[in-house]
Amino acid sequence: MADISIRDVRKVYGKDEVIHGVNLAIHNGEFIVILGPSGCGKSTLLRMIAGLEDISGGEIAIAGTVVNDLEPRERGCAMVFQNYALYPHMTVGGNIGYALKVAGVKRAERDAKVRAVARSVGLEEFIDRKPGQLSGGQRQRVAMARAIIREPKVFLFDEPLSNLDAKLRVQMRHEIRRIHNRIGATSVFVTHDQHEGMTLADRMVIMNKGTIDQVGTPEEVYNRPATTYVAGFIGSPAMNFLSGEVRAGESAVALADGSRIALTPAAARAFDGRLVQIGLRPEALALCAPGEGALRARFDFYEEMGSDGLHHLMVEDVPLSVLSAHKQRMPEGQEVGVTVPPEVVHLFDVESGQRLEAGPGAVATIKRMEHAE
Amino acid sequence: MTQAELPLATSEILPAPRRRTRRRRPGLVENTPWMNLATHAILISGLLLLLGPIYLVFAAATQTVQEVNQIPPNLSISSHFWENISEAWFSRDFQSKFINSAIVASGVVIGKIVIACITAFGIVFFDHRLRMPIFWLVFITLMLPLEVRIVPTYAVAANALSPFQAILDWTGVSWLINAVSGVELALEWNMLNTYTGLIMPLIATATGTFLYRQFFLTIPDELVEAAKMDGAGPLRFLRDVLVPLSATNMAALATIMFVSGWNQFLWPLLIITDPAHEVVAVELRSLIPNANTTGGGIPKWNVAMAASLLVMLPPIVVVVAMQRWFVRGLISTEK
Ligand SMILES: Nc1ncnc2c1ncn2[C@@H]1O[C@H](COP(=O)(O)OP(=O)(O)O)[C@@H](O)[C@H]1O
Ligand SMILES: [Mg+2]
Repeated sequence: MADISIRDVRKVYGKDEVIHGVNLAIHNGEFIVILGPSGCGKSTLLRMIAGLEDISGGEIAIAGTVVNDLEPRERGCAMVFQNYALYPHMTVGGNIGYALKVAGVKRAERDAKVRAVARSVGLEEFIDRKPGQLSGGQRQRVAMARAIIREPKVFLFDEPLSNLDAKLRVQMRHEIRRIHNRIGATSVFVTHDQHEGMTLADRMVIMNKGTIDQVGTPEEVYNRPATTYVAGFIGSPAMNFLSGEVRAGESAVALADGSRIALTPAAARAFDGRLVQIGLRPEALALCAPGEGALRARFDFYEEMGSDGLHHLMVEDVPLSVLSAHKQRMPEGQEVGVTVPPEVVHLFDVESGQRLEAGPGAVATIKRMEHAE
Repeated sequence: MTQAELPLATSEILPAPRRRTRRRRPGLVENTPWMNLATHAILISGLLLLLGPIYLVFAAATQTVQEVNQIPPNLSISSHFWENISEAWFSRDFQSKFINSAIVASGVVIGKIVIACITAFGIVFFDHRLRMPIFWLVFITLMLPLEVRIVPTYAVAANALSPFQAILDWTGVSWLINAVSGVELALEWNMLNTYTGLIMPLIATATGTFLYRQFFLTIPDELVEAAKMDGAGPLRFLRDVLVPLSATNMAALATIMFVSGWNQFLWPLLIITDPAHEVVAVELRSLIPNANTTGGGIPKWNVAMAASLLVMLPPIVVVVAMQRWFVRGLISTEK
């Protein structure tokens, strides 16, 4: 069990810098999810923690020890890989116990431990099988067991669920969380799936092209996204964006089509005259009769989502979606109104994409660079 | 099932282990009767071409001296097979020659596998500047079989330390030693008439290295990293993961190399003058009748052919025994 502190870490491949000075403090026993689209550098960051990649600049410390120059085995991390990475010629028991075997643990002790760990992940009866004879979910469990048996200070996961089918993925997700709760080791979990991230994380780290855009609890990230990038990435269906200018006098944002979106007076005062991007979550909006509501739109098409309906509209030539349990199918092109409560409006600076937030002790930007605390 | 037996929730239903079912590969050409006929005709003529000479050897080995020397040649099978075999076996010291050949062939096989495996390991898994140059150097030796480099190889076998001697002489170190201590520096390690001399020049193998390299390249990076995380160093990884996984490759390589090691002729002929180290392939030559050996008598082709059959036997046994592994090692789909 250990905290991890990442200070100004960079990664350079040849001439390309792919991680640009990242700072992050992970607390002891925390479940951290690193979320971002493919290619943003999540795996690279994780692998630098594991010791599988050299750290080009900066420092990583685990439990207070700088590990930059330590071998993977000396860092006390265990890793679960996307493609399981099981040794195909060893039995399940052999796979789980290999780390102990390398460490020179006696046969009898090892067998007992392997059996106990296999039982804890429901693999006891498969202990003599080869990985090739197991289903995807079972292989993933073997990979988990192989990590658990080492009693690591830190668990690292690199998209471990992305090769499983949807149902199994949910099941394994629960299992991972259960194991984390039971063992309590610090966990760092990399994924590109926001659902996985939201449900598993104590805190999430949202990465964008080799930098961290935001660190926060899933609620924080969802409710107060720090940048337009985070706002657009988190939440499904994705957030709508419109642009306009803040008018303190009208306590609203004026859009190009002449409509006004009401703001809280504090926000309007704080950012008077600023050009802004407005972020509106589809689930915070509602349809209403044409002419009423803040926005005038034209119906485009309808998507059934089960409990809700997703209504795709066009505001002039900008798409806007409204998610609502009150399902309304309309002919294409029909005029509708959209109501926008002032408290659901997210404001972002047009140029920097940073969140604009007014309020007591308002920080205009809450881009968090949590240096070692 | 009663209510009590019914689980609260059915968890993941575990599928039975999948059996690999081999599907027939769709043919490249259509299966028309004419095509079938033509392909079979080609196959059968190929088979006859291969088996014909072996049949002639076998037939000759069953005949008496008179029968084998008849004109026109007699192609039928006669009844003196065991007599000929035993004459071939006992007329020369074949037993010890077989042992020599077995030692050489096994030595070559083991040496080649170890060298090929370690070289490929170094080329594939270690990221260093010399990996490509080394790979190409190894690869180029494909163009330098023993027959091409036989003269320098002989010189080295006669004194394996002569290259070092040359370096020392050339750099003046020998002169210095001589001047200081009065000792004439003469390094010598003669490998003529030894097993080492028979085996060593044959064990460097570009083919084997290449085969291993191709196999190692199919090992997923994640597996290497998993082993690193588990704390296994490079040699441990080689021993615990790569060697077991490459068992079928090893079998394929061993089979090919055993046959080629057993059949070595030119090299032993050149460096072995002592009969105690002679190998069968060379010894066979002494049974082949010519003006010297028959001394004007009737040539004993039947005995020579029986001896040929004996010499052929070990490679056949090895190939048949390894056949299953061999094929798997070369197509190597199992992962
Ligand atoms: N070995 C490498 N050599 C060069 N570039 C690499 C290497 N590994 C990753 N990259 C680059 O680094 C970036 C981040 O990669 P990665 O961390 O794997 O992304 P993610 O896991 O978020 O999908 C990508 O642009 C990728 O092309
Ligand atoms: Mg990745």
